[in-house]
Order: sequence, then C-alpha cells, then structure tokens
Amino acid sequence: MNNKKPGFTIAVASGKGGTGKTFISTNLFNTLQKYSYKVTLVDCDAEEPNARQFTGGKKVSTKLVTQLVPVIDESKCVYCGKCFEYCTYNAIFFVKEARMIRVLDDLCHGCGACTVACEPYGAIHEKEDELGTVNHYEITPGVTVVEARTKVGVHSSVKVVKEAIRSAYDADVVVLDSPPGTSCPFIQTVASADFVVLVTEPTPFGMSDLKQSVETLRHMGKPCGVIVNRAGLGTNEVYDYLSSEQLPLLMNIPFDRSIARIYSEGNLLTEQDDGWQMQFNLMYNLITERYGISCNKW
Amino acid sequence: MKVAISATGDTVESSVDSRFGRCSFFAIFDTDTHNVKFITNTAAESSQGAGPAAVQLLAGNQVQQVVSGEFGMKVKPLLEQLSIKMLNLQNGQHTILDVLKQFK
Ligand code: SF4
Ligand code: SF4
Repeated sequence: MNNKKPGFTIAVASGKGGTGKTFISTNLFNTLQKYSYKVTLVDCDAEEPNARQFTGGKKVSTKLVTQLVPVIDESKCVYCGKCFEYCTYNAIFFVKEARMIRVLDDLCHGCGACTVACEPYGAIHEKEDELGTVNHYEITPGVTVVEARTKVGVHSSVKVVKEAIRSAYDADVVVLDSPPGTSCPFIQTVASADFVVLVTEPTPFGMSDLKQSVETLRHMGKPCGVIVNRAGLGTNEVYDYLSSEQLPLLMNIPFDRSIARIYSEGNLLTEQDDGWQMQFNLMYNLITERYGISCNKW
Repeated sequence: MKVAISATGDTVESSVDSRFGRCSFFAIFDTDTHNVKFITNTAAESSQGAGPAAVQLLAGNQVQQVVSGEFGMKVKPLLEQLSIKMLNLQNGQHTILDVLKQFK
C-alpha cells in the first residue's frame, strides 16, 4: 500500500442509469475500507441517491443547501430594466412595453446583482430557497458516506453536488458515484476527479452511451478506463472499441445470476467474496500507479 | 399586426428554423404594410435561457404572433402572458416566403 495518494479522487460514471454504476462504486468503497484506507464515498446522483442502501452507516450530520433568489415587489417596481441589464444569466424576464417583469428561478444563480441594481427603488429583496441537503454517514471512524440529495422539484442538482464533493475532505481516497448522463451534474462531478471509471454493458445501447461519455471526458482532458459489466451478454463490439481507442479495460464482470442476486438484495459482492475484493483492490492499485502521480489537487 | 417567423437566414428564401430560441434570425412581417424585415436573434448565443431572451426581443419589437417549429415549456407561459399567439409549423421544409403568403 505504498502507492497511497492523499485525497485521490475516482469518479464512477455511466451514460445511463442501470448499468451497475452504484454496484461498482459501493464495492470499490467497501474494498478500500477493507484495505484500511480512509475512504469517503460521495453519492452525487442527487436526484436518486441510493449508495447508502448498500453501505449502511450512521447519520452524523445534515446540512441544508440553499440559494438566495430575488423576489420582485411589482408595486415598487418602476420598470427601469436595470436589474435585467445587471443579470448575466438571462434570469430576469423583462418587457418594458408590457410592464412585465419576472424572475426565472431555474436560470437564477443567486448572484445578487439584481438586488444591487434595484437599490434606488427597493423593489427587490432576496429569499432563501432550499435546493437540497448534504448528509454525512459514518461507517467506522475515517470511513464515511456523503450523500447529495436534491429537493424534489428543484431544477438543477449542481450546487448540492458541489457542496457534497467539497465536504469530502480528510480522506485518502474519495470515490464519487456520478449522476447518469453527460449534462451539468455529471460534468460537475467528474471535474473534481483524478480518474474516471466508466461502467458499461456490452450492448448497442451501452456502446453509444460509452462513446458519448468518452468524448465528453476527452474534451475535458480527464483520463478514464472502462469496466464491462454483465459481460457475455450482447456483442464483442465494446472490446474492439476499447482497443482501437486505447482505453484500458479495468475489469470484466461476467453476467452471473449470483452476482445479480447479491446486488438486488442490497448486499456487497466484495463483502461476500474475497476474490472479488482482491480484484477491486488490484484495479485501484493499477489506477493509482498509472494516474496517481500527476495528482495535485486538494 | 406584426408576425415573427424563426428563420435560418436573412432572406425570404431562407427556411423556417424549427427552433424558436436558437434560430439565427427572425423575419418580422407587418401584415398591414406587407413589409418584412429581418433581425438577428441575439438570444441564440446565450448558453442558457435563449428562449425567454428571444421572447423579450420579439416583445420589444411589438410582435403579436410567432411562427416556429416548437415552443418550449419555458417559453409558452411567457408568450401567453404577453398575449403573443403561437403558431406551430409542423414538419416539412417551408421557406419564409411560403409562410408570408399565408398572411396576405
Ligand atoms: S431594477 Fe427594480 S425598479 Fe428597475 S425594473 Fe428591476 S425591479 Fe423594477
Ligand atoms: S440573483 Fe443574479 S442570476 Fe439571479 S436574477 Fe438576480 S442578477 Fe440574475
């Protein structure tokens, strides 16, 4: 274990949900715990966090994540349009001729510029809006799960995810369970990672998602490797793709009913099977050996 | 009455752009004088909120009706509030001229 890097961050991601992303992140987390790392798992899938169903842990804290949003009192508004000019996020909708003014909450970044703009008239005040929570769970001292949870109905989980990742300090290794897709919350998550593990299935659907994720990561300059889950289903196309793109195949997990059952019962494969525990550790060692040197974050 | 049509270019031979917020130009047609002018959709470059920004642009030009391929969830209530009518142009290649003829 002399290749230990402080705060080395691995994001586990997949294009779509249901490919086994949480299965990988929770088992990697469990393995690292078994090998005595101080490890934190951050569940960044804030719309539907579920990692804790596998890891357990005792809740130690909950933090509310809020954002200030402006509220316009139309009885005081003189429709000067100053707030609209100050807002760089298109979050103020203003049509002078129609005397119509509106804050578009889902575009608002809570920067406060409009409130300053309106100071002479005092028509804008700010209210605190809840975006979600960041919950900390402790498994054993030094081994924690951080869960980002977006409040139902909130448009973007970016801020909650950001807060959750930021609060995962003081660990040797941080494992990020990424949100599905390749949009903002995904970008936000992988941006904090030193290395990205992409989980895919050897099916045409899995392939097209994988290609899209790889493209996005290359664009960002993030190194990545691939785990093929439920191998044996579908075709061999994925392996040809990996070798032609020179992407490392990190692990091949066969389609196996007993593995599927362990997962569906909310259990961890690496808890029940030493061989798999060793494999996850080998994968981790390979990643840190190849990609851990350049790690200069936190 | 002024009608705006989302356009891919700035001539009447250009086609109708199916995207409302992100079209390149708007053709603004005055049904009384039969004059048409093209304005650049300055909202198209916005990374977010292009739709609402385009609505503001059109409202500022006293437009009362919009023709486009589709109107998003964010845009519809704003247009309704401003009593700007929406006309959905279903699939198919239409030039701006084709649409203008409908209003004559
Ligand atoms: S700056 Fe204040 S007064 Fe002016 S338009 Fe905005 S809300 Fe109204
Ligand atoms: S707080 Fe900032 S982003 Fe939100 S409406 Fe005001 S100026 Fe725009």
